[in-house]
Amino acid sequence: MPDQLHALIPRLREICGDDGVVTDPMGRRTYASDGIPYHAADPGVVVLPTSTAQVAAVLRLCADNGVPFVPRGAGTGLSAGALPRTDGVLVVTSRMRRILEIDTANERAVVEPGVANLDITRAAAPHGYYYAPDPSSQQVCTVGGNIAENSGGAHCLKYGFTVHHVTGLVVVTPSGDTVRLGGKAAEAPGYDLIGAFVGSEGTLGIATEITVRLTRAPQKVSTVLAAFATMDAGGAAVSAIIGAGVLPAAVEMMDALSIEAAEAAVACGYPPGAGAVLIVELDGPTADVDAQFAEVTRMCREAGAFEVRTATDAAERARIWKGRKSAFAAVGRISPAYIVQDGVVPRTALPRVLRRIAELSAESGIRVANVFHAGDGNLHPLVLFDDTEPGAEERAAEVSGRILDLCIEAGGSITGEHGVGIDKACHMPAMFSADDLAAMDLFRRAFDPLGIANPEKLLPTPRLCGERPRVAKGAHPLVAEGRAELF
Amino acid sequence: MTSEDGPAGTDPVAADLRAAGARVRGGTPGDAIAGRVPRYVAAPADGAAAGALLAAAARHGLASVPRGNGTKADWGAPPLRCDLVVDTTDLTGIDHAAGDLVAAVGAGTPVADLAAVLAAAGQRLSADPVVAGSTVGGLVATGLSGPRRTLHGPLRDLTIGMTTVRADGTPASSGGRVVKNVAGYDLAKLHTGALGTLGLITSVTFRLHPLPAAVRAVSATAAAPATARAWRHAVAASTTAPTGVELDWPADGPLTLRVLLEGAEDGIEARAAEVAALLPGAATTAAPPPGWAALPGAPGATLLKAAVPPDAAADAAAGVRAAAAAAGTAADVRGSAAAGVLFAALPAGADGAAAAGAVDGARTAVAALGGSLTVPHAAPPLREHGVDLWGEVPGLALMRAIKDRFDPGRLLAPGRFAGGI
Ligand SMILES: Cc1cc2nc3c(=O)[nH]c(=O)nc-3n(C[C@H](O)[C@H](O)[C@H](O)COP(=O)(O)OP(=O)(O)OC[C@H]3O[C@@H](n4cnc5c(N)ncnc54)[C@H](O)[C@@H]3O)c2cc1C
Repeated sequence: MPDQLHALIPRLREICGDDGVVTDPMGRRTYASDGIPYHAADPGVVVLPTSTAQVAAVLRLCADNGVPFVPRGAGTGLSAGALPRTDGVLVVTSRMRRILEIDTANERAVVEPGVANLDITRAAAPHGYYYAPDPSSQQVCTVGGNIAENSGGAHCLKYGFTVHHVTGLVVVTPSGDTVRLGGKAAEAPGYDLIGAFVGSEGTLGIATEITVRLTRAPQKVSTVLAAFATMDAGGAAVSAIIGAGVLPAAVEMMDALSIEAAEAAVACGYPPGAGAVLIVELDGPTADVDAQFAEVTRMCREAGAFEVRTATDAAERARIWKGRKSAFAAVGRISPAYIVQDGVVPRTALPRVLRRIAELSAESGIRVANVFHAGDGNLHPLVLFDDTEPGAEERAAEVSGRILDLCIEAGGSITGEHGVGIDKACHMPAMFSADDLAAMDLFRRAFDPLGIANPEKLLPTPRLCGERPRVAKGAHPLVAEGRAELF
Repeated sequence: MTSEDGPAGTDPVAADLRAAGARVRGGTPGDAIAGRVPRYVAAPADGAAAGALLAAAARHGLASVPRGNGTKADWGAPPLRCDLVVDTTDLTGIDHAAGDLVAAVGAGTPVADLAAVLAAAGQRLSADPVVAGSTVGGLVATGLSGPRRTLHGPLRDLTIGMTTVRADGTPASSGGRVVKNVAGYDLAKLHTGALGTLGLITSVTFRLHPLPAAVRAVSATAAAPATARAWRHAVAASTTAPTGVELDWPADGPLTLRVLLEGAEDGIEARAAEVAALLPGAATTAAPPPGWAALPGAPGATLLKAAVPPDAAADAAAGVRAAAAAAGTAADVRGSAAAGVLFAALPAGADGAAAAGAVDGARTAVAALGGSLTVPHAAPPLREHGVDLWGEVPGLALMRAIKDRFDPGRLLAPGRFAGGI
């Protein structure tokens, strides 16, 4: 630990209490990485504050001493955004877990940042409301982490991302100042700082209190599973559905390899021989859902679906979703090692890009499984390889990188929901010009003139961008424990 | 007047501006922004020319104020300086990717033109045209949203990408052409509603929605604000998924709550009946009345915006009206009851002191409900009398810091925004 950091420890203990400061090497090591194990660094010191005032005092101390800090929620991030600094303070929100208010009259919940995403829905459900953004890590991931990543979920096609559901934030800035932005009202005077803070990946400060919108639970939910011989046929069904003006809650697709893996892992019982499976979920007023349901099943058949199953109750729905939700973990099991990619293409480019991915796979001999949010063109290709085979890792990394290039060439994005973090910082120049990145840096510096808030994340730095992207091995621990589904 | 006409014709500064690729002429009283007559009016031909134009303006130390069709040119505080009006009306163009439900649109494109092109493909930008005659850039720079925000979100949520030019002429894009995208900071959020103080918006990319197959409007007149409050809550707690819930309370008329339903033809009658059952005495029509969702009041009126927790929407409307009456003027109120964001219009000719009293009273009433009140537009008598357009602005120090980074020379609409930004 650098001397300068060492000197701060007594002060940190005064602020957070003895049990709120972790200095021993074993304790610190448990925070070395987030959801991407191949980026790891032991934090200089870990603090576990319990209040906004404590967070503010910690950040002020950091600012006064020019010490970097990194915010961390549950550590499920998939872009190494919470990768610690060996010369800095890791600020973990796990002791700020109170739901402060469920206000159904105003359709709002007020929570501390360490509250797990699903706990809001659990608290609101008895009143007929829920918190709409539903990342599949929602049992574990924190609302603070969701704010930082602007997280989405399968249902964000219709209901939007985290940013569409936040109306108030208490933020401690990198100077240690506490600002209360917005509240229960939908708008606040001045520049939209809330809108710009959401998705800032911990680089603008720490959110210590969050007011979110609650959504009324729909009258009816119906789910369709359609099996197709080919991905092209499935893709045609997606285009037909969206083109017809239907806005489903979710549209998910799996290819043959991921269906096969899911079948092996959880015996989901999807139609045998399917080259593609499409899941379409509709929700809303009963009459609307029923009308759209008929239309969707018809369009699936017209596009060549050889089997269409429907679910109208929770148990049937769970059966349909089972294969989809287990797909990532299942694919992880059929390969010694894999890379999870997250890229976006315009929906109309999906068939073309999927074909190119198949070609890349054939050319390189690296298998790629496709499980994705088809409705919004968000691909999550899993690039599979055997890490005991010499050169395989490099080839897989090459294929993974090429997939991102395909996304950019198609007019898409290098990340739809996992964020840039450290993992994709070096891909930013492929999507944005130097001028674009300079404007982003100006914005960042307005919040963080000293450059101490989660440094080297989100924007490329020369030091960082010499390195090559790396790969994951085995199932993610959360997935292995059955606490989260990667999808 | 052609670009070579007038005093700007032989002026070396004008020549420089023109060399950037803009139509340039001398400013006239008709070009005044809140009373400030610019020396030049320049219309860049495209985004690149807009960059070169602002770079040239910066070299000459000219303060610039962007203008589209000028429907809201005197919104915000009067700029401290206005040497150059940047006319965006040549920055047109609609790149509509119908299959992807997105469109990239030049800032000078009239919103009505965009709507026509999209409608031909069965689509729309689900933002209410709160002010008729706006350009896309003006719509975004003022950033107001109408009742449709209930289902589709406010304007900023429909914006997925933006290109701007900073004061020194540097272009910058953020976001992109896909709806789902978390790469980089979403700087479009900052520019939305910034009145051009952080950059000139040259192009905006929107997400679109299909035009609904069927529409109904269910309207009822509430005898008292408490009734409207209960109705708003009943509709929100129902599962009828309305597109908009509008509160409309003209100064000389009754309080009407209007629920817009859109969706499949098959289900629309049943949904309308379900909503009508919540609003005793409700009438159902095939479409909302003309002018619904527009800002209240006549063009040129002083405009107040109140944002409160949604359950307080009806009380806020009552509070604003009472404040106006107590100050000796009158307010027409209209806006999104579901979102709790309402607009109030005071007559343009209202006495300055009376209007200022109405603003103060309304601000106090709205603050007591946990909300904030701003004045997007002050008519001349109020402006001359003096008024705090913004009230308390939490985070102002951060906003100043952003302005300092983006426009250190204070050349973009200086003084127009909160806190003198
Ligand atoms: C199995 C699995 C499935 C997943 N599925 C999805 C999915 O469907 N959709 C999706 O979008 N993501 C998904 N993710 C990614 C991840 O869960 C989300 O990004 C989540 O929001 C991260 O939350 P966290 O609490 O774990 O944050 P962390 O990983 O701890 O941190 C993430 C980032 O947030 C910052 N941060 C944390 N708290 C704060 C705070 N209070 N204030 C400011 N910054 C803060 C950190 O510095 C870091 O940059 C998945 C991850 C896993 C492992």
